[in-house]
Amino acid sequence: MNLSVDIGKLKLNNPVMTASGTFGYGEEYSEFVDLDRLGAVVVKGLSLQPREGNPPPRIIETPAGMLNAIGLQNIGIGRFVKEKLPFLRRFGTKVIVNFFGDSIEEYSEAARRLSGEEGIHGLEMNISCPNKEAGWCIFGTDPRVTFEVVSAVRKVTDLTLIVKLSPNVTDIATMARAAEEAGADALSLINTITGMAIDAFTRKPKLGNITGGLSGPAVKPVALRMVWEVHKAVKVPIVGMGGIMNAQDAIEFFIAGATAVAVGTANFVKPAAIGDIINGIERFMTDNAVPDVKELIGSLIT
Amino acid sequence: MSRYFKAEITENISLNKDYSLLTFHPLTSSIDPGPGQFYMIGCVSDGGGSPESPAFKYVYDPLLKRPFSLFRRTDKGFQVLYRIRGKGTAIIRDMRKGAVVDVLGPLGNSYPMPPENKTALVVAGGLGIASVFYLAEKIAGSGGSAHIHYGARTETDLLMVEDLRTIAGTLNISTDDGSCGEQGCVTDMLGDFLAQNQTAAAAGVIYACGPHRMLEAVSVIAKERGIEAYISAEERMACGIGACLGCVIKTVNGYKRVCKEGPVFRAEEIVW
Ligand SMILES: Cc1cc2nc3c(=O)[nH]c(=O)nc-3n(C[C@H](O)[C@H](O)[C@H](O)COP(=O)(O)OP(=O)(O)OC[C@H]3O[C@@H](n4cnc5c(N)ncnc54)[C@H](O)[C@@H]3O)c2cc1C
Ligand SMILES: Cc1cc2nc3c(=O)[nH]c(=O)nc-3n(C[C@H](O)[C@H](O)[C@H](O)COP(=O)(O)O)c2cc1C
Ligand code: FES
Repeated sequence: MNLSVDIGKLKLNNPVMTASGTFGYGEEYSEFVDLDRLGAVVVKGLSLQPREGNPPPRIIETPAGMLNAIGLQNIGIGRFVKEKLPFLRRFGTKVIVNFFGDSIEEYSEAARRLSGEEGIHGLEMNISCPNKEAGWCIFGTDPRVTFEVVSAVRKVTDLTLIVKLSPNVTDIATMARAAEEAGADALSLINTITGMAIDAFTRKPKLGNITGGLSGPAVKPVALRMVWEVHKAVKVPIVGMGGIMNAQDAIEFFIAGATAVAVGTANFVKPAAIGDIINGIERFMTDNAVPDVKELIGSLIT
Repeated sequence: MSRYFKAEITENISLNKDYSLLTFHPLTSSIDPGPGQFYMIGCVSDGGGSPESPAFKYVYDPLLKRPFSLFRRTDKGFQVLYRIRGKGTAIIRDMRKGAVVDVLGPLGNSYPMPPENKTALVVAGGLGIASVFYLAEKIAGSGGSAHIHYGARTETDLLMVEDLRTIAGTLNISTDDGSCGEQGCVTDMLGDFLAQNQTAAAAGVIYACGPHRMLEAVSVIAKERGIEAYISAEERMACGIGACLGCVIKTVNGYKRVCKEGPVFRAEEIVW
């Protein structure tokens, strides 16, 4: 049975990775999950300087999902390299660093700094962030801006570059093409869908930040649809995510066109979820006589 | 030994329409909890005795586990005292003896035990009692005695008072409406106690859990009198293990995670 897949230059032992922001810096879950078992560990989004994040409450559960407004709190690239990376280097698993910035310069500088570090195998660029220079509009919602920022980052790194698309757009295929043309080695989707929750009695928003990002099983149908649309629009591999809770969910993403998948909110629900999902994919392949996971990719029958 | 395990419900007693007491027994070996630590309990159950039930694989609403303080330990397992608030706790209330649930814990840090030359001054507001009971019991068990101040809105919100009496050095009760004990708030009662018992005040360590405003008032009293004080905080949680950064509270050293650096903090550390 073959579970290995390629994402850009990265050869993954299996197509299952963690979703950024839901697995800390790996260490938090090492008690529940054998990190060597994972296709890759994708760490919490990092910026050049540490970020404080949003005021609480930052988390609100909604039907079969959750809204988060963490506000990209992180310890900054410097401390990550010094304090967290040594732990991850102890494992054979590929380490993918998710990063973001406020401006094109910050994105490039972050990518440049991360590219020199031993033990970082790939970069995932979160473009669902506001652009300070352009009045805080989101990098990932205008294809021209997406092209510009991805091109700038492409110039400064030889690492496998995954661009993480925002689902908060009218036409995801256009965004995907812009990132591909700018030199992305792969695309990952979906990031969280912007939403909000209101308390009917106090008439106040339930999140400190008013709006937040929806994740979990509630977003899976939207995520599947977007993966399918992007698969038809581009040639680069796709890392699919959004509401994957078990192996069957993951298989559905492969069928829609994903080469690999990422598991996010499920880690909160069951800290051992990601290991169970990898085991479950193997079981599915055995039971359904699928010798190579690549056979599933984009195999949707219409 | 793992902090993530399946547990069997050995008892789930309704105390009144709003509150219940759940006892669960881990099906695999688990880690000894400290006073002030908490568990996250899944709201999905198999309905009766099968840890391999498909329910655990396919039921995702309610989604996240719910955090509950360890109330105490008995020979039937770990107990949590809980209030029926919304969807999750309503489901947990209806779980029967023999049902299996998913549990993560013990999580967070513990209250530090009072040094030998110090007296514990325990302050609980409402359900805050759930977090400090085990501490008081441990103190009693190690030969010490805690002065407990316990306040609630009304008589029916006062829980487990008889059990509390057996482990308390002194027990002072207050209710907002005067239906039981002194009328007024628990922090006024604490203030009066400290004014009348200068020695206890001088050698005291405060442990408090309850609503935000109560904790703030306790921290003001502690600061005025120069008493060391620990409070247990509450925030919305997703992972419970420090990974999601969802449960932060503002401290003088920036945001800290209630599930990891807390739930117990030194009172002076919190930005109220
Ligand atoms: C460290 C800690 C210890 C706690 N100990 C106890 C205890 O011993 N007994 C007890 O009855 N309650 C305790 N709580 C509060 C308890 O977790 C909530 O009452 C419970 O999660 C409500 O769930 P629900 O589904 O009934 O409510 P809903 O309102 O339907 O819950 C929706 C979501 O909000 C979260 N939530 C709702 N209220 C709270 C709250 N006050 N704090 C944190 N999250 C909340 C839920 O976990 C869930 O994710 C504790 C909370 C924390 C953080
Ligand atoms: C608490 C939380 C924090 C997140 N932080 C990040 C982040 O820092 N960077 C990023 O690109 N995506 C972040 N995400 C998005 C996830 O990586 C993922 O795209 C999304 O949650 C959908 O997957 P899921 O439904 O499996 O969780 C975060 C999601 C959650 C729930
Ligand atoms: S609940 Fe996730 S960090 Fe505390």
